Amino acid sequence: MHIFLASKWTKAALFLLCLGPLAAIVLPFLTHAIIPDPLQFIQHGTGDWALRFLVITLTITPLRQILHLPELIRFRRMLGLYAFLYACLHFTTYLVFDKIFDLHEIWKDVYKRPFITMGFLAFTLLIPLAITSTAGWIRRLGGRRWRILHRAIYISAVCAVIHYYWLVKSAVIRPVTYAAIVGVLLLWRLGDWLAKRPRNDSRVQQRLAQ
Amino acid sequence: MSSGKSTDKPTELTYADVTPKVVYSNRRKFLRGAGLAFIAAFAGKRIYDAVSSPSVHAGTKLTSVKSPFSTTEKMNSFEDVTHYNNFYEFGIEKDQPAKNAQRFRTSPWTVSVGGEVKTPRKFSMDDILKIAPLEERIYRHRCVEGWSIVVPWIGFSLSELVKLVEPTPKARYVAFESYYDTGQMPLGRDAGIQLPYVEGLRLDEAMHPLTLLCVGMYGETLPNQDGAPVRLVVPWKYGFKSAKSLVKIRFVKDQPPTTWNLANSHEYGFYSNVNPEVDHPRWSQARERRLPELFKSHKTLLFNGYADQVASLYTGMDLRKNY
Repeated sequence: MHIFLASKWTKAALFLLCLGPLAAIVLPFLTHAIIPDPLQFIQHGTGDWALRFLVITLTITPLRQILHLPELIRFRRMLGLYAFLYACLHFTTYLVFDKIFDLHEIWKDVYKRPFITMGFLAFTLLIPLAITSTAGWIRRLGGRRWRILHRAIYISAVCAVIHYYWLVKSAVIRPVTYAAIVGVLLLWRLGDWLAKRPRNDSRVQQRLAQ
Repeated sequence: MSSGKSTDKPTELTYADVTPKVVYSNRRKFLRGAGLAFIAAFAGKRIYDAVSSPSVHAGTKLTSVKSPFSTTEKMNSFEDVTHYNNFYEFGIEKDQPAKNAQRFRTSPWTVSVGGEVKTPRKFSMDDILKIAPLEERIYRHRCVEGWSIVVPWIGFSLSELVKLVEPTPKARYVAFESYYDTGQMPLGRDAGIQLPYVEGLRLDEAMHPLTLLCVGMYGETLPNQDGAPVRLVVPWKYGFKSAKSLVKIRFVKDQPPTTWNLANSHEYGFYSNVNPEVDHPRWSQARERRLPELFKSHKTLLFNGYADQVASLYTGMDLRKNY
C-alpha cells in the first residue's frame, strides 16, 4: 500500500480521475444528449464537485492518522486545487451564463441574497489558498503562518455547505448530509488540537517545579 | 527484497524472502491495473448515465382545434418537456419523474368535484373528454426557478367544467388536489413538502378563459411525468400553480392552503403571478432562461406576457404584498 501510494503513476491516475466529473459535464454536450436546462446542468455539476473535492481534501489528514498512511499527503494539494478548479467553473457559469457579465447585478446578488453571499465567500476564500499552494509560497510564508492561512479551508467548507443548504427549495437531506460530514471532519481537528495542547495542570506543575 | 542478513541471530523471514520477485511485482502491477480498470468502469458508467436518457412511451393521439390564445413563439421539443419535470411525488430532481413515473397507473381515474356547488359530480376521464371540444393552446410556461418553456397543451377552459357543477354564491375560491399514494410514489416521502399536493385559485381566476384543464400535449395524451391524465395550466402564474394529476376540485368560501405556501410562506404566496418586479427572496425574477438555451437572457414579462388578458383581475391590488 505504501509503495502504491508513493508511486508517481498513482498520482497521475488520480489526476486523470479527478477530471472525470468535468468530462461527465462536457461530454453530454458533445454527444447531443438531451439537456433541457444546460445552465442548471453545468451549475449543479460544478457546484456539487467543488463541494465534494473540498470534503475529500479535508478527509486526507484524518485518513493519514487513522490508516497510518502518511503518504496520502502527496494528494492533498492536488485535491484542494481540484476543489478550486470546480469552484472556479461554478462561479464562471454564474458570471457568464446566469448574470451575463452584469457586475452590478452580481454585486446586488452578493449583497442582497444570503445564499449567494455564502457561495461567494466560500469561493473567494479559496483564492489565496490556491495561490499559496506552491512550495515557494510555503517557504516564503514559513510553515507556521502557511498552516494558519490554510485553515481558511475550514471556513470555506462551512460557507459552501450553508450556501447549499440555503439554495435548495425543500428536501434538505443532501445539504444536511454534507453538513454532518464537514462537522465530523472539523470536530476531528478540534479533538486533535485539544489532544496536542499542553494540559493546563501540567503547565502549573512545571511552573511549580521551577 | 531479500536482504543478506548475516548475523548470528535467527533471521525472521518476510513474505518478500519467500516470494519470487517476479511474482510479487506482477501482483502489484495486477492490483494497480485492476484498480484503474475499476475506476475507469465506474467513471464510464457515470458518463453513460449522464449521456443517455430513458425513452418515453407515446400516448394516445388526441384531435384538437387551434386556439387564438396560442403564442407563435418557438415550441420546446417533446424530449425537453418530458425530461425536465418538477413532480416531487416522483423525485425532487428534474430527470427523476421521466424514470419514476413510467408505471404510474392513470386508468381508471376519477376527479371528484364538490364543495359549494349545486351538483357535485365524479368525473371519469371519458366524462372529462366529453365536456368540451379539445383545443391546442401553445402557452409560455414560466417556472419560479427562473426558466421557461413553450408547450402546446391540449384541453379546454376550466370554466366549462365549473359551469357544469354550478357553484353556489358562497364559492369564492377553488381548491385543487393532486393524486398521492406512497405505494406508487415512494419518493414522495423525501420530497420535503406536504403531500398530497394542493393548489388554489380565486373563482374569477379559475373562470378566466386562459385557465386550462389540460389532458394532453404535443397532439397526444399527457405523459405521466407531465401530470397525466389531467392537470391544470395557468399560464400567467408560476408553474407550481398548475397542479398535476388532479383528483379533487372543491369550491370553497375561504382561501385554500397551497403546498408551496405551506412549505415556505415567505417565498411562495397564494397568487404567485409571474412578475419581473417582484423578486423571489433568493433570486431576481427579472430575467429567465428559455430552455434549452444556455444564457439567462430573456426578459420576464408581467403576468408572463398575458397582462392584456388578466391584469384586470388584479386592479387595485398591491402585487408586492400579494406575491
